[in-house]
Amino acid sequence: MCQLAWRRARVQAQRLADLARLRRVRDRIDREYAQPLNVEALARDVNMSAGHLSRQFRAAYGESPYSYLMTRRIERATALLRRGDLSVTEVCFAVGCASLGTFTTRFTELVGIPPGVFRRRAAEAADYVDAAGTAGDAGSAVTVEGMPACVAKQVTRPVRNREAPAAEQPLA
Amino acid sequence: MDITIHTSFLPHDDPDASLAFYRDVLGFEVRSDVGQGRMRWITVGPAGQPDTSILLAPPAADPGVTEDERRTITEMMAKGTYGWILLATPDLDATFEKVQAGDAEVVQEPTEQPYGIRDCAFRDPAGNLVRIQELR
Repeated sequence: MCQLAWRRARVQAQRLADLARLRRVRDRIDREYAQPLNVEALARDVNMSAGHLSRQFRAAYGESPYSYLMTRRIERATALLRRGDLSVTEVCFAVGCASLGTFTTRFTELVGIPPGVFRRRAAEAADYVDAAGTAGDAGSAVTVEGMPACVAKQVTRPVRNREAPAAEQPLA
Repeated sequence: MDITIHTSFLPHDDPDASLAFYRDVLGFEVRSDVGQGRMRWITVGPAGQPDTSILLAPPAADPGVTEDERRTITEMMAKGTYGWILLATPDLDATFEKVQAGDAEVVQEPTEQPYGIRDCAFRDPAGNLVRIQELR
């Protein structure tokens, strides 16, 4: 019985160590999303096979490391597109996407409109805010004014498997 | 009413590692340190600001926490989804350099955010997310 408890404790300690490894992978994606990361390289760094990492990561965080990486990139892309000084292609590469096609597809799935449309709307909203002289949030469905930054980050973050509803705002 | 935010809490799973991070890397002073082994309650805070502290405490020490809940909490800490705190500094870049040089795990380099702030983020040894934003 004592041995059983000991074995259980050892299994749990291993589980916590595995979760901490997954956390380091996730943090690395957050830190280096703009680099040309791929799942093989992430897995190699923590001595796992790519398949094992993907399965474990999904079990812990509810999505694959690749999906998490792309969500992180699209999140940053929305921020850069709102600035208005970068083209869609420039933003695509700035957030670490090598393929404009993949970037545009995933962006559209998560945000609900293609990046070019998002950029134009953000510029229009910014003009409108400038003209009206009132504070607002350009190009986003939610107002984040006055929210603690960490909360704003969470509410504006694109969420996997919660793709924007189609035809929410009909294109002109 | 006159209420201050006196002490907030972050969990630890290795008191010495957390103490080293908050004292040696972030430069906080240690205001009290009680208990022993894993059951340690360590109060830290920035020098010159005695009114605000962080209590580094063992998670799930309340006897009302069930074994299942305890396991969930320790797993969330390990995967980095449990505790977090938001700090601020006037000089973000210097702070980032110092903390990074202290071998802390970097989660985000100083970044301009679309919601009007600039911040960076680290992990503490217990898996808590420590965001630091620039005062401006």
